[in-house]
Amino acid sequence: MRTLALFIALAALGLAGCGEKEQVVVYKQGKYQGKPDNRSWENEPPVAELRGGKWTKGDRTSWEEAVKQRQLAQNEYRRIGQ
Amino acid sequence: MARMKFLCDAERCIECNGCVTACKNENEVPWGVNRRRVVTLNDGVVGAEKSISVACMHCSDAPCMAVCPVDCFYRTDDGVVLHDKDLCIGCGYCFYACPFGAPQFPQAGAFGLRGKMDKCTFCGGGPEPDRSEAEFKKYGRNRLAEGKLPACAEMCSTKALLGGDGDVIADIYRERVLRRGRGSEVWGWSTAYGLPPKPGAQPPAPQPQQAPTSGKS
Repeated sequence: MRTLALFIALAALGLAGCGEKEQVVVYKQGKYQGKPDNRSWENEPPVAELRGGKWTKGDRTSWEEAVKQRQLAQNEYRRIGQ
Repeated sequence: MARMKFLCDAERCIECNGCVTACKNENEVPWGVNRRRVVTLNDGVVGAEKSISVACMHCSDAPCMAVCPVDCFYRTDDGVVLHDKDLCIGCGYCFYACPFGAPQFPQAGAFGLRGKMDKCTFCGGGPEPDRSEAEFKKYGRNRLAEGKLPACAEMCSTKALLGGDGDVIADIYRERVLRRGRGSEVWGWSTAYGLPPKPGAQPPAPQPQQAPTSGKS
């Protein structure tokens, strides 16, 4: 019985090596190999305390418009007035 | 489609390093890594001293992307160049390729260990879920996903550092140059990523006492 248990344990140990996950990324020349990133406008707008932009989730145009308003706020000739 | 860029107005930069501090604070960048820094030319020369804030310029044809042996760089739909730290092997090729010295390598470990590359993300995070803890720890804060601009540009007290869509910030810069009546000879009218002049914009009258410059673009 002990021999059988020892045999099973050794077999399991030996087979454990075969179950090892691939640790090397398969590279393809010239193509991004990392994780996909999600887009900014796919998020919900932040809570009011963060004072971020307001846009409709998933609508790229509304997100771009929100960011553009912040860009234009860098122009003090327009922001402060003539 | 926006192409996110930085533009630093050397006429306005007062070398306060507020942008550097804002970046460090916003992204909790580790000691020894400077995603942004202020470079001063002609330091100490009265009347000739100019400062400019430099970080990753998010090149449209980025050399770091071209040389990366593991292809860990990608460009977002807004033209922001980002990278995946899980893939980066810290080889430093991007550092040699970058003309701005943007890629940074933490060296906090023993034996001169060089860690994974860190650089300006245009406050756009990285390939982790947006506004997540994992993204913040690896790449810093994702302000773009909050509808904001990079902290360095928004914190700039003199608005020397502009960040945003290249077309929009080029228009802001052009208006400044028109109002102050000088500056175009330094950068050229095609500055800020080659946007053609607007129909209403007029360059300042040529200065007769100035010698013609051969390198004018």
